[in-house]
Amino acid sequence: MIIVKNLYKNFGSLQVLKNVNARIKEQEVVVVIGPSGSGKSTFLRCLNLLETPTSGEIIINGISLTDKNTNINRVREEVGMVFQRFNLFPHMTVLRNVTLAPVKVKKMSQQEAEDLCLGLLAKVGLSDKAHVYPSQLSGGQMQRVAIARALAMKPKVMLFDEPTSALDPEMVGEVLAVMKDLAEEGMTMVVVTHEMGFAREVGDRVIFMDEGMIVEEGSPQEMFLSPQNERTKSFLSKIL
Amino acid sequence: MVYEWQWDFVWQILPQLVFKGAVLTVELTTLGVLIGTVIGLFTALFRLSRIKPLQWLAAAYTDFFRGTPLLVQIMIIQYALPVVFGYVPNVWINAVAALGINSGAYVAEIFRAGIQSIDRGQMEAARSLGMTYSQAMRYVILPQAFKISIPPLGNEFIALLKDSSLVSVIGMQELMNTGKLIVGARPRVLETYLTVAIIYLIMTMSISRLVAFGERRLAAGDHR
Ligand SMILES: Nc1ncnc2c1ncn2[C@@H]1O[C@H](COP(=O)(O)OP(=O)(O)OP(=O)(O)O)[C@@H](O)[C@H]1O
Ligand SMILES: [Mg+2]
Repeated sequence: MIIVKNLYKNFGSLQVLKNVNARIKEQEVVVVIGPSGSGKSTFLRCLNLLETPTSGEIIINGISLTDKNTNINRVREEVGMVFQRFNLFPHMTVLRNVTLAPVKVKKMSQQEAEDLCLGLLAKVGLSDKAHVYPSQLSGGQMQRVAIARALAMKPKVMLFDEPTSALDPEMVGEVLAVMKDLAEEGMTMVVVTHEMGFAREVGDRVIFMDEGMIVEEGSPQEMFLSPQNERTKSFLSKIL
Repeated sequence: MVYEWQWDFVWQILPQLVFKGAVLTVELTTLGVLIGTVIGLFTALFRLSRIKPLQWLAAAYTDFFRGTPLLVQIMIIQYALPVVFGYVPNVWINAVAALGINSGAYVAEIFRAGIQSIDRGQMEAARSLGMTYSQAMRYVILPQAFKISIPPLGNEFIALLKDSSLVSVIGMQELMNTGKLIVGARPRVLETYLTVAIIYLIMTMSISRLVAFGERRLAAGDHR
C-alpha cells in the first residue's frame, strides 16, 4: 500500500533522510522508533508531503506522491495525520473541527458531516463534547478529537507523530486505546512513538531509525527480544 | 496682557466644527480604514505567498507608503497624477484614496504579523486534511489572525483619524480645515484650534475605548 524507494531529504546542507526504503502493507501497523533527531518525524511528514522529498519515490495506493502531476490535496485526503501537539483549530467547536474538511474538501452536506462527526465522537468516547471548544478539553480529549478529525476524511492510512508525548501520563492510555481499536478495525497505521508497550501489543512491525536511515526492522518480538544491530541494542537498552 | 477667552464664540462655532468638520473626518477615516483593510489583507497575502513577483509588489507598496510622508502622497495623488494621466481630480475621491492606500500599507504589516503569529501546526493540520492553501487560510488561519490584529487595527484607526487632517491641504472641508476657515474669517485662534483639538481627542479616545471594549468581549469568549 505504501512503497518508499530511495528516499532522501535534505534541509539545506543537513541530510536528514538517507536512502530510506520501506514497504507498508494494507492493514499493517508499523511502529517507528529511534533517538531524537533521527528523522522519524521527517519520514512521516514526507508520507503526506508536509515535507517535499529531495529525491526518491513514494507511492501510496498506486499513486506516486513524488510525481509532479499528482494532486497533493487528493493524496492528503487519503492519508490522515495526528500530531504531537494536536493542532486542533482553537476558534472552532469540536463539531466544526471535525466537519470542516469533509464539508469544504469533500463537499459533503453539513447534515451528513455532522452525523459522521457524531459517530466518530462516539467511537473516541467524546459524544458529549461536540459543542465545546478545544480549550475546554483535556489533552487526552483533544488528541482523541484530533483522531476523529483525521478519520472524518475516511483516510486509507493514518500517520501518528508521537501522539501521546505531549500528554500527562494519566491520559496516555485513553489515546492509545483509541489507536488500538483503530488498528483492530484494520486501519493501516504508521506510528512514531516511545510507547514500547503499544509497539509490542499492537505493532505488526517495528522500524528502528538512526541518523536518517532505517537501521533495523522486524516484528516486535524480534526487535525487542533479539535485536541484531549494535545501535538498536544500545537504543533499546536505554528506553526499555 | 491676559487673553480674553470667549465661551460665546466656542458655542457659536461648535455646530459647524462637529456637524460639518468632524462628520467628514469620521467619514474619510472610516472609508480609509475600510479600503486599507481590504488592500492590507491582499498585500499581506501577497507578501506571504510563494510567488516572487507578488512578494516584490507587496514589499514595494508597503515600503513606499510607509517610507514617505502622507502629505507628499496626498500631493502626488491630487496634483501629479492628474497631470500625468490627464484627468480632472476630484478632491473627495483623492482624499479617500490617499488615506486608504496609505493605511493599506500599515494594515498589511498588521495582518502579516498576525498571520505569522499563528502556530505553523495550524496550517499543517489543515493541509493534512486535504485543504488547499487558500481554504486553510480562509477557514483556519485568517479568522485567528484577524482576532489578534484587532488591537493594532484600532491603533491604526486612531493614527489615520489624526492624519486625515492632512487632506485639508487639498481643500477637503474636514475638521482641521473647518477650523482654519473659521480663523480666516474671525481670528479667534485659541478658541478655534483648542476646540478642534478637543474634538479630535474625544474621537480618538472613543475609538480606543471601543477597541478595548471589543477586546474584552473577545477575551471573555476566548477559546484559545
Ligand atoms: N524544517 C526543518 N528545517 C531544518 N532542519 C530540520 C527541519 N525539520 C527537522 N529538521 C532537522 O532534521 C533532523 C531530524 O528531525 P526530525 O524531527 O525528523 O527528528 P525526529 O526523529 O522526529 O526527532 P524527535 O524524536 O526529537 O521528534 C533534526 O536534526 C532536525 O533538527
Ligand atoms: Mg519528531
